[in-house]
Amino acid sequence: MSNILVNAPKTARRGEIVEIKALILHPMETGFRPGPNGRIIPRNIIERFTATWNGAEIFAMEMSPAIAANPFVSFFAQANESGTVILRWTGDEGFAVEERVAIAVE
Amino acid sequence: MDRRRFLAGTAATVIVLPLVPASATQEAMAEAIRRVVGAATPIEGRVKLDVPPLVENGNTVPLTVTVESPMTTADYVRAIHVFNEKNPQPNVFSARLGPRNGKAVVGTRIKLGDSQRIVAVAETSDGRFWIAGADVIVTLAACLEEST
Repeated sequence: MSNILVNAPKTARRGEIVEIKALILHPMETGFRPGPNGRIIPRNIIERFTATWNGAEIFAMEMSPAIAANPFVSFFAQANESGTVILRWTGDEGFAVEERVAIAVE
Repeated sequence: MDRRRFLAGTAATVIVLPLVPASATQEAMAEAIRRVVGAATPIEGRVKLDVPPLVENGNTVPLTVTVESPMTTADYVRAIHVFNEKNPQPNVFSARLGPRNGKAVVGTRIKLGDSQRIVAVAETSDGRFWIAGADVIVTLAACLEEST
């Protein structure tokens, strides 16, 4: 149901610092806006984004309603060994989605 | 309608727009920063906050925080926090980093409900806090329009 766009290199030299960019389709409804009927639209945001490399957490971010809709996050990671990067988004209304990216280290 | 009245009317409309329900204040932002740094006094420097000084659309504003750090196991950036003073809540995000990141750089896109000051605080592994701020002018604020 959700659309995810991840930009990460497929290969990296050992020790290279690579950039990982991730975009996910999500309304990031703030919980402060009135809807067409004048009532406040309930908050629906992604609260947490994490990235693991072969199971070890390398990056985590707590988000607030001030993060723009369709949250974009970019960060760096040192490529020490070939492996799988798992990006995970969790939030309101039981939102939990993950995406896997394989990076081969030469 | 003559020109003068028309202009006055337009000005009034513009002034009415920024009516955001309960917004954070400088005090709320200072309090949110205090919750992160505790008794420590953040030092100006090392942190660079890249955000356009003038944005047309507050709904999506690119923001990048860069912290000068070797990012080794002995000396690295533990966390980066971003705050604002006029959105409904003072917190924007808190990112947790470590030596595995290689570079202490985090980018995202944020919403801004009004022209305001954005502040980034970085915590390094030696327990010190570093701070930087940037002023942003927003011509079309986020969070005002009704959703359709």
